[in-house]
Amino acid sequence: MTGSITVAASSPEAARSLGRPRPRSAPWADLACHGLLASLAALVLAVAILILFETARGAAPSISAFGFRFLGSTEWDPVADRYGALPYLYGTIVSSALALTLALPLGIGTAVFLAELAPPRLGEAVAFLVELLAAIPSIVYGIWGVFVLAPWLRSALEPWLVAHLGLLPLFRGFPFGIGMLNAGIVLAVMVSPTIISLSRQILLALPGSLREAALAMGATRAEAIGVMLDAARPGLLGASILGLGRALGETMAVTMVIGNTNRISASLLAPGATMASVIANEFTEATGKLYLSALTEIALVLFALTVIVNALARLLVRGATGARRDIAGAA
Amino acid sequence: MPLEAFGPLSARGGGLRRRAVNVLAIGACVLAAAIILLPLALIVWHLAAKGLPAFRPSFFLHMPKPVGEAGGGMANAIVGTLILVGLGALIAVPVGVGTGVYLAEYGGGRMSAIVRYTADLLAGVPSIVVGVAAYGLVVVPMGRFSAIAGGVALGILMLPTIVRTTEEVVRLVPQSYRHAALALGAPRWRVLQSVVVPAAWSGIATAIMLALARAAGETAPLLFTALGNRFWSLALDQPMASLPVFIFDYARAPYDDWNRQAWTGALVLLLVIATISALMRITTRRVAGSR
Repeated sequence: MTGSITVAASSPEAARSLGRPRPRSAPWADLACHGLLASLAALVLAVAILILFETARGAAPSISAFGFRFLGSTEWDPVADRYGALPYLYGTIVSSALALTLALPLGIGTAVFLAELAPPRLGEAVAFLVELLAAIPSIVYGIWGVFVLAPWLRSALEPWLVAHLGLLPLFRGFPFGIGMLNAGIVLAVMVSPTIISLSRQILLALPGSLREAALAMGATRAEAIGVMLDAARPGLLGASILGLGRALGETMAVTMVIGNTNRISASLLAPGATMASVIANEFTEATGKLYLSALTEIALVLFALTVIVNALARLLVRGATGARRDIAGAA
Repeated sequence: MPLEAFGPLSARGGGLRRRAVNVLAIGACVLAAAIILLPLALIVWHLAAKGLPAFRPSFFLHMPKPVGEAGGGMANAIVGTLILVGLGALIAVPVGVGTGVYLAEYGGGRMSAIVRYTADLLAGVPSIVVGVAAYGLVVVPMGRFSAIAGGVALGILMLPTIVRTTEEVVRLVPQSYRHAALALGAPRWRVLQSVVVPAAWSGIATAIMLALARAAGETAPLLFTALGNRFWSLALDQPMASLPVFIFDYARAPYDDWNRQAWTGALVLLLVIATISALMRITTRRVAGSR
């Protein structure tokens, strides 16, 4: 928009009010149009409230039966009707933490490669590929984890870990192939497209003068990149938390590769379960009212956890890129 | 990686150590890119290698066979996925596009800020949680698992993408279009209907396709809404098969033949998604070209 209009519409607010008729003179059709669109928007709000309300209502019997003990107990006994979610809480947190430990350095390194080092054409092509990979459904990652990754872990990586790093409690036990390590690796592969494309956008949004100033002062290329990363830190933190949000709620792939036992084990080679995987596994088979309610309460806790994590991430990324839209598109 | 990791900035002249660190750090970035792209490439390769052998027309046309009988396909699951995604779109498209237009055109107030934030939060809700909610909202009152419940769950999952992308593309329509139409005496609703929405249509179509592609691959919310079905069924109030749930069941089954079919199913699912994405690109290009 250039020319004479810009004077009148220098701010977005002014521009919008220019295009908006006065309410007094609006004919009924305009009011109806506004009302229709507003009620559709209200419907979105209603959907969110309904989801929250419905999960909370379903969880109510379990909440009143177990209270806060629910989160601290490891008991999961459908026969005696006693439930505790600690193993699942533990599994969700450990598998997501493992995923981020793997995906974060690799993802940010890749983003640096794409934004700073690769020729722009190559960078864009690879970034496009990475975005395509984000569209692969979770079930496909799961099937790959079961039939390709698990045999390799069982026969190659895990025996090696046990032999060489077996002193650590992390790598003790029998190499099943299926378990926490497998879940962590699959999750890392799944969240890395999110981390890569967001971090790349954040790095590209930084002013180039930062890099040029560093280079002009005699910094090496890596040192100049360090300056850029320093400036991008809040945004990169946001991108990683957004990746964490994804890992926390990921269901199908994890359900297929984690082994599904409600035991807490220090070893990464041991099978486990996450909040999402226990819901996926047991919800249709839950016969008792309290059983179903306990699973619904797990869904409620998962809901709350992801809402908090996502809100935090959005706050950080928005501050870094100055635009809400990139995130909406990438998330 | 903070700046200090690369040594002091002020040290002029290239010390051997700084040059070595430089090479190492850049090498590490290249290596990271290679390591992370490797599993992603492997997934695509394995899909092709393990999925193609059973990839025949019969897979698309035949019904699943009982264990032990060779052959069989996933015709019902393929059709089921299309129906479920269609049902979801029936819910999500009017609400999502309407809300997106509302946010872009009337979105200055507090109400729109709340709706915008809600849409963002919805985008982050795990799909399994949406499944649990849809179970309580639709399956329990209806008294049985049904395609409708699955459609509702998928519709909820599609909403945020459609809302936020529609808002973006409607905002991109130049103000001068609106001013011109208003100056010609068109009322506001007419400006929206005949100028703003058509101008943004290619972008809106992209948003819808993107949401459809994502919904087609969703498994978790269907597990206890649409459930799955081994038989041919088009009834919306009955359980319905879907490709992702079928893959899940077949991958977990202890039969080699079923596992092979799961791979083929995954390949077909990916093709469905790729087709939707390709349609998205074609519509975008055609509409953009005709303007």
